[in-house]
Amino acid sequence: MTDIISDTPKAAIYQSDDFAARLRKRYAAERRFKMYGVVAIGVALGMLAILLTSIVGQGYTAFAQHDLALEVFFDPAEIDPQGSRDPAVISNANYGALARTALQAVFPEVEQRTDRRRLTSMISNGAAFELRQMVIDDPSLIGTRKQVRIPLASDYDQVLKGNIDRTLPETSRKVTDQQIAWVDKLVANGQIVNGFNWRLFANGDSRDPELAGLKAGLVGSLLTLMVTLGLAIPIGISAAVYLEEFAPKNKLTDLIEVNINNLAAVPSIVFGLLGLAVFLNAFNMPRSAPVVGGIVLALMTLPTIIIAGRAALKAVPPSIREAALGVGASPLQVVTHHVLPLAMPGILTGVIIGMAHALGETAPLLMIGMIAFIVDTPGGFGDASTVLPVQIFMWADSPERGFVERTSAAIMVLLAFLIGMNAIAVFLRKQFERRW
Amino acid sequence: MTAHTHTGTPTRSTGSLAAGIEARAATGALAGAGNKMDAKGVKVFYGAKQALKGIDLEIPDRQVTALIGPSGCGKSTFLRCLNRMNDTIGIARVEGLITLDGQDIYDREIDPVQLRARVGMVFQKPNPFPKSIYDNIAYGPRIHGLASGRDEMDEIVAKSLQRAGLWNEVKDRLKEPGTGLSGGQQQRLCIARAVAVSPEVILMDEPCSALDPIATAHVEELIDELRENYTIVIVTHNMQQAARVSQRTAFFHLGDMVEVGDTEDIFTNPRDERTQGYITGRYG
Repeated sequence: MTDIISDTPKAAIYQSDDFAARLRKRYAAERRFKMYGVVAIGVALGMLAILLTSIVGQGYTAFAQHDLALEVFFDPAEIDPQGSRDPAVISNANYGALARTALQAVFPEVEQRTDRRRLTSMISNGAAFELRQMVIDDPSLIGTRKQVRIPLASDYDQVLKGNIDRTLPETSRKVTDQQIAWVDKLVANGQIVNGFNWRLFANGDSRDPELAGLKAGLVGSLLTLMVTLGLAIPIGISAAVYLEEFAPKNKLTDLIEVNINNLAAVPSIVFGLLGLAVFLNAFNMPRSAPVVGGIVLALMTLPTIIIAGRAALKAVPPSIREAALGVGASPLQVVTHHVLPLAMPGILTGVIIGMAHALGETAPLLMIGMIAFIVDTPGGFGDASTVLPVQIFMWADSPERGFVERTSAAIMVLLAFLIGMNAIAVFLRKQFERRW
Repeated sequence: MTAHTHTGTPTRSTGSLAAGIEARAATGALAGAGNKMDAKGVKVFYGAKQALKGIDLEIPDRQVTALIGPSGCGKSTFLRCLNRMNDTIGIARVEGLITLDGQDIYDREIDPVQLRARVGMVFQKPNPFPKSIYDNIAYGPRIHGLASGRDEMDEIVAKSLQRAGLWNEVKDRLKEPGTGLSGGQQQRLCIARAVAVSPEVILMDEPCSALDPIATAHVEELIDELRENYTIVIVTHNMQQAARVSQRTAFFHLGDMVEVGDTEDIFTNPRDERTQGYITGRYG
């Protein structure tokens, strides 16, 4: 028997066919692994592409909307019969009648009561409010004729956008042949104009799709995130610094660490229940308010920020701490002057992940009543409010055809909000990054 | 052994004051006697493991004391006791008495932050802050309030860099990051940073181990010049370096201090055979 371990070079083995075969196998394994990676990334990109095309394809039409361009006579007899110009009188007048009169003037041949009602259903409920606002802003309009744009009811907008199929039998669509003929006549007259849908950003929620907007949700999200950021960043970073740099290492801190890691995995609705039980029931804080939503989301994002923060602090080389201690810096100075600035990019990464998570969160907010139907833009942290993802959820739940495109548009706005926020955070992170 | 116990942090110190006074009386070195620092029966434990087994060492004023010995013999541990850097390691426990100008540095009255300003340190690996060269030097004086204005600070920075022999190389690029310098320059920057807070003692933990021979020569020259104003304790693996720069040498072995004496005596006429074996290169 020969020695398995010999002192002589083993050139023969490394040049044998066996060895060459093993070598080929090793390279084949590497090629396979690379291929799995490429396939995985390809699948992921494909899905992303499908998602984006589906959302953008469905939603881009919501950024434009058809309006009626009608010549409205601001009839003094209707608005202000006594001529008092009293704001209370002006704001209580029947502006819907003005719009209806203006539309009927275009179709004098429609005389039957039911037909007239069908005709005037083309005017959105919002027209009355918009006309009223015009007169309140400028009372001198009373008694004049003016070409104004008022919202077209959503169903007709959908017909013009092709979302309601004209070729379907009349009985299986919401719009009759006669109504389609009227719309076509208005289009031919140039009395229907297509323009940017500013109502999507200027209005709050509405039951009528053509009036429903995201402003309440956008402002609500902004207020909620301000509360979340304001609480989660200082508390999260302080907790990470304390646990990593100052806390004694013993069983208690081990237990705390384990529990923080576990909290990161707790379903978000549990945080909502906590908010309901503690902040609403025990502390009597306002329902549906951004301040409570912000606190709940802050609690939810804290574990993420603490874990990322501790990892970033741990990654700062100990030599920097020793250097600072060596010139007589106190432990807190070591942290604030040296360790924290160096750990900041890593901490900000955790903050970005946490905030993105918080922005898209719906479940805990449902528990504290942020699923309300909010028309008015919240003016402060205590006002009833909703947030973008909840708004999307509610629109997706609505049966009207017009909400389909608006849901997708709202998702696009949410994504844009998210990208904008992350861009700011990435910019900040770059600012903090130092060359080593 | 008349020594009192110090645990990792000063607040947890359970040291008996009486024992400390007794130990101080026993040293008889309270009035100075030319010694800047004095260690008596210093023992260090990392958890259950004993790293130092009772070190007695006098560190004379304005001289260079070299600590030599094989790896793991406890010289760096001892060095880190002298400015209480071991406090920062949770499990480290220090026993015995160490005085600076006759005052027990592990006394409850002594603040480790103040002590580290008086006993500066230069580390094995150059560790400049990732800030500008200027800010690297100015950091210490700034936190200790040593300069009352921009001009004074500029002067401290310039003087410290001159003392570290780095001024001519960096005077035109003080705003550039300290981490952009070469290894040898970085180490001299760290020495300048230590000098800037005007300490009385400078501890150097193998300051040249990461440097090439030319940079090493620079730093050694520098140590020789600094000796005029500062007391220096240097840990080194390089016996020639110990012989070149130090006036006194202590040989450590397995957590014990085997021998201490004038550098010349240690290298020409070692009393202990372990010392002889080490410096002649038989082991280590």
